[in-house]
Amino acid sequence: MQAVGYGADPRIRWTEWLPWLAAVAVFFLLPEYLPLGARILVFILFALSLDLILGYAGVITLGHSAFFGLGAYVAGILAAKFGITDPLLLLAAAALAAGVLGITTGAVILRTHGLTQLMLTLAIAAVCFEIANKATPITGGADGLSGIKIDPIFGAFRFDMFGRTAYVYCLITLFCGWWLVRRIIYSPFGATLTGIRENEVRMHAIGVPVYLRLVIAYTVSAMIAGVAGALLTQTNQFVGLNVLGFEPSGELLVMLILGGVGRLYGAFVGPLVYMIAQDQLAKQFPEYWYLGIGLILVAVVMFARGGILGILDGLIARFRRPQ
Amino acid sequence: MTPVLETRGLCKSFGALTVADNIQFRLDAGARHALIGPNGAGKTTFVNMLTGRLVPSSGRVLLGGEDITRLGQAARVKRGIGRTFQINTLFRNMSVLDNVALGVAERHGTSGRLWRPARIYERVRKEAHDLLVMLGLEDDAGGRVGDLPYGKQRLVEIAIALGLQPRVLLLDEPAAGVPSSELERILRVLDALPKDIAILIIDHDMDLVFRFAQRITVLVQGGVLVEGTPAEIAGNRRVHEVYLGEQRHA
Repeated sequence: MQAVGYGADPRIRWTEWLPWLAAVAVFFLLPEYLPLGARILVFILFALSLDLILGYAGVITLGHSAFFGLGAYVAGILAAKFGITDPLLLLAAAALAAGVLGITTGAVILRTHGLTQLMLTLAIAAVCFEIANKATPITGGADGLSGIKIDPIFGAFRFDMFGRTAYVYCLITLFCGWWLVRRIIYSPFGATLTGIRENEVRMHAIGVPVYLRLVIAYTVSAMIAGVAGALLTQTNQFVGLNVLGFEPSGELLVMLILGGVGRLYGAFVGPLVYMIAQDQLAKQFPEYWYLGIGLILVAVVMFARGGILGILDGLIARFRRPQ
Repeated sequence: MTPVLETRGLCKSFGALTVADNIQFRLDAGARHALIGPNGAGKTTFVNMLTGRLVPSSGRVLLGGEDITRLGQAARVKRGIGRTFQINTLFRNMSVLDNVALGVAERHGTSGRLWRPARIYERVRKEAHDLLVMLGLEDDAGGRVGDLPYGKQRLVEIAIALGLQPRVLLLDEPAAGVPSSELERILRVLDALPKDIAILIIDHDMDLVFRFAQRITVLVQGGVLVEGTPAEIAGNRRVHEVYLGEQRHA
């Protein structure tokens, strides 16, 4: 994990523009992959929200899908049942709802540590899953929620069947989310989060209100996850139970570990590699694709603890040394 | 004169085990005071009650006459109690400068700002840097703390606490585990600490204690056995029996 702090230059380096250039290139060069691309962008935003709380603040959670799922359902229910169809308004509503859930659950779980904390995050995600499962009249239960109509963005850009609008919309939203997270981690607040991850005992001893800082970070993270969930609803025009519970939380964790935890761009690389591998493996081996993901994860955990970006860092360091 | 830090009848038990037994203690302004005692005497428990990590079972802790017994750690730091740890308690993957800057920023009240980059907080960086210069660590400012030799890590321990500008500084075995080649450097740093800070050093290295302290309190089995000047302690028969004698045989 890298630490950004008082010595770190906050200016954006040229390498940090590469993911955005690649994303724009995909739009023009691979039009048939835009629906998958939009989905990957959504999960990058989701992974980014997890990286803030896990990679920087060191809070391990298996319940982050609670916020993602809540955002997805809030956007879906408001659109399908209440006729609120403005896409940006729905994003704001999802962020608000996820933020409220984040601050209330965070206030409880962040008082605990270790396994207790992990189990509590899991429990919260499981409760959200069951609520969505049972509240069939509102959520559609196991059948999911369809009939979601979304207005054109700014009344001008209609969601088209090729996924062009959805892709650009997700890309711009992700850019905003990335910019926000980046500002936070380069700020003094971000430095305190890293400090809490590194040594919570010492943070108390230098007078930092650790709990308060964690609740704030957790809430911001929840809001971003909620926006990611709402984006998924809007691009799919459907919400299913698969956005909630242990599975998407665990999958997200795997994606982030794969890319590299606490590196900001691990959240970009992880979902990209994971979802492309998933897409390809599912075509080749429809029944065994999880095995392929599992092998990749085992390899990363055994040989590259810093994830794919950790491997890249190692290679760059090796090239630079001879100079 | 009101002592800077005072405890009255401080007790702490875990079930039937009493680890602090009616401790009366006072630390005067600008003092160089040492707390010694054999292993398990309750020195660290006592320090944890002073800093707010542990809540005493009974008794009071006063800072400049104000009762702080019920205050949490952060509130006590704001009122001027700083500490170091016997076992390095550092932000290992952060730079040496950041280790110190975190505490400085907290004191300035800017550490919760979450929009502008940390780097633009020049006063925090300057103050942290000045502290590193004072301790001779300026060449290591940008390096990762975990990569420093152990002796320098002990100095960072002290630098972090000094960044809080404490009125009272509790040094928990500042030279613990330091190889003799690096010991002299730490001793020089201790000698050069600002005179207006009241310092309580917790240690059982007698050379260090007798060189540094003007007063010594001996803690045995959770209670104060005796308090006095280094000469008085060195000449005290009971101290010899329970503590110095034990050292000689060890």
